[in-house]
Amino acid sequence: MKILYFAWLRSKIGVPTESVDLPAEVSTAGDLVEWLKTRSPRHADALANSKLVKVAVNQEHVPYDHPISSTDEVALFPPVTGG
Amino acid sequence: MAIRVQAEDFDVGAEYAAFTAGRTSVGGVAMFVGLVRAIAGGEAVSAMTLEHYPGMTEKQLEAIEDEARRRWPLDDVLVIHRHGRMEPGDRIVMVATASAHRDAAFESCRFLMDWLKTKAPFWKLEATPEGERWVEAKESDDAAAARWAE
Repeated sequence: MKILYFAWLRSKIGVPTESVDLPAEVSTAGDLVEWLKTRSPRHADALANSKLVKVAVNQEHVPYDHPISSTDEVALFPPVTGG
Repeated sequence: MAIRVQAEDFDVGAEYAAFTAGRTSVGGVAMFVGLVRAIAGGEAVSAMTLEHYPGMTEKQLEAIEDEARRRWPLDDVLVIHRHGRMEPGDRIVMVATASAHRDAAFESCRFLMDWLKTKAPFWKLEATPEGERWVEAKESDDAAAARWAE
C-alpha cells in the first residue's frame, strides 16, 4: 500500500510517501494509524495525537472505522488550514 | 464551472470580466478574495507557503462546487486557490458565484469558503521571526462549516 504524508506529519516522519506491506490484522484506517506508530519512534511521535491525524482513502476524507485494502491510496495529514 | 489550483497569482478584475462576459440572466455576482496577513496570532509573518495534496485538492473543490449548485440556483461558480510561497498582501484564494438573485450569490459564496476551509487539503506554513510554524486549524472554522449542515 502507498501512504502519503503531508504538512507537519511529513516533516516529523521524514518522508513524503512510503510503501508498506499491510499485515492481515490491519483492516481499517484507524488500524493503519495504530500499526504505523510501531514502525519507528518518528512515526510514533508524529501520530501520537489521533485528533490531529486525519485520513483520506482514494482522495476522500474518511473516519477511522473506514475499511482499507492494499490497492487504496491512503494519505495521512493534520487538519486542513487552507482558504 | 471552473476550479483552478495554481501557483500563479490571478487578476481579480480580469477574472470577474471573464466570469460575467456574455451573461444576461445573472442578477448578481458575489466574490470573496482571501489575502495573506502580515500579523497572525500576534506574530509578524514574513511569508506563507501553502502545501496541498494534488489530485485530492481538485476532487474536493469539485465536490464542494457540486454541493453549492445542488443547494442554490447558480449560473456559475469560480474557485481559484493558490499554492506555494506567498507574502503579506498576496492573494491566496478567490471564490465567485453568479445567480439571478443576490441571496443565492451571497450565501453560496460564504458556503464555498466555509466548506473549503475544512475540506480542501491545504496546509499553511508561516515564516515568523521565531522560525517556521504550521498554522493550526481553528475550531471557529469547524463551527462555520457546521452552520451549513442540512
